[in-house]
Amino acid sequence: MNNILRLTARCLQSGHHRASQSHAWARLMCSTAGIQKNLEEMVKKDKVVVFMKGTPAQPLCGFSNAVVQILRMHGVDAYASYNVLDDQDIRQGIKTFSNWPTIPQVFFNGEFVGGCDILLQMHQSGDLVEELQKLGIRSALLDKEKES
Amino acid sequence: MSITPDLIREKLIGGLGAIHVDVEDTSPNRCAASFKVLVVSPQFEGKPLLQRHRMVNNCLAEELKEIHAFEQKTLTPEQWEKQKAQ
Repeated sequence: MNNILRLTARCLQSGHHRASQSHAWARLMCSTAGIQKNLEEMVKKDKVVVFMKGTPAQPLCGFSNAVVQILRMHGVDAYASYNVLDDQDIRQGIKTFSNWPTIPQVFFNGEFVGGCDILLQMHQSGDLVEELQKLGIRSALLDKEKES
Repeated sequence: MSITPDLIREKLIGGLGAIHVDVEDTSPNRCAASFKVLVVSPQFEGKPLLQRHRMVNNCLAEELKEIHAFEQKTLTPEQWEKQKAQ
C-alpha cells in the first residue's frame, strides 16, 4: 500500500504529468487492487492452497519442496498450488496480502497458516494432523500408526 | 548498510526482549542474503506460532526487505530449556 502512495506522490510532484504516466499509474492501481481481490478468491476456493516456487511435481526451492513433502507425508495431494515464479504480480501480491515476507505460503480454509518453518513445526508437534482433521482431511499418518 | 548477524541479533534482543538469539548466515547455501535465527523470549509465552513469527517479522521489517531467505525458530525460555535437555 505504501508503495502505491509513494508512487502517487512522486507522480503528482514531478509536474511532468504526461498522459502516458497517469495511464500507467491508473493501470497499476487497478491491477494491484485487482490482484488482491483475485488472491482473496484464490485462497478461499480450495481447502488447502499453497503459493510456492515451482510446482508440486517440480519444486524450485528447498523451502517450497519441504512444504510439498510434508503435505505428501500426510497424504494431502489434492491441493491448489500457485507458482509465484510464473507471475511477478502474484509473487509480490501474496506477500502484501498475507503481510508475510517469504514464499512458500500455506492457507487452510482461506486462512494463512504460515510458511515452511511453521508447517514443519506443526508436523513435528502433531498439530498438523489436527488442523487437517478440522478441514475434513484425514492424515495418512493416522493410518500409518495403525499399521505398525 | 549491510545486514550482519550482529545487527539482527541486536534488533531481536532490543525489540523482543530475547534472552537468547542464534543467528546463522546461510547465504552461502542460497543465492542471496539469507539467515536462520533461533529466538528465545518470554514475550512468546502463550502466543501461537504464527503470532510469534509475525513478531519477529515486525522486529526485522526493514531487514526483511533486503533479505532473500529467512528461517526462524521461536521458543519460550521454558521450551528452550526443554530442548537443551534433550
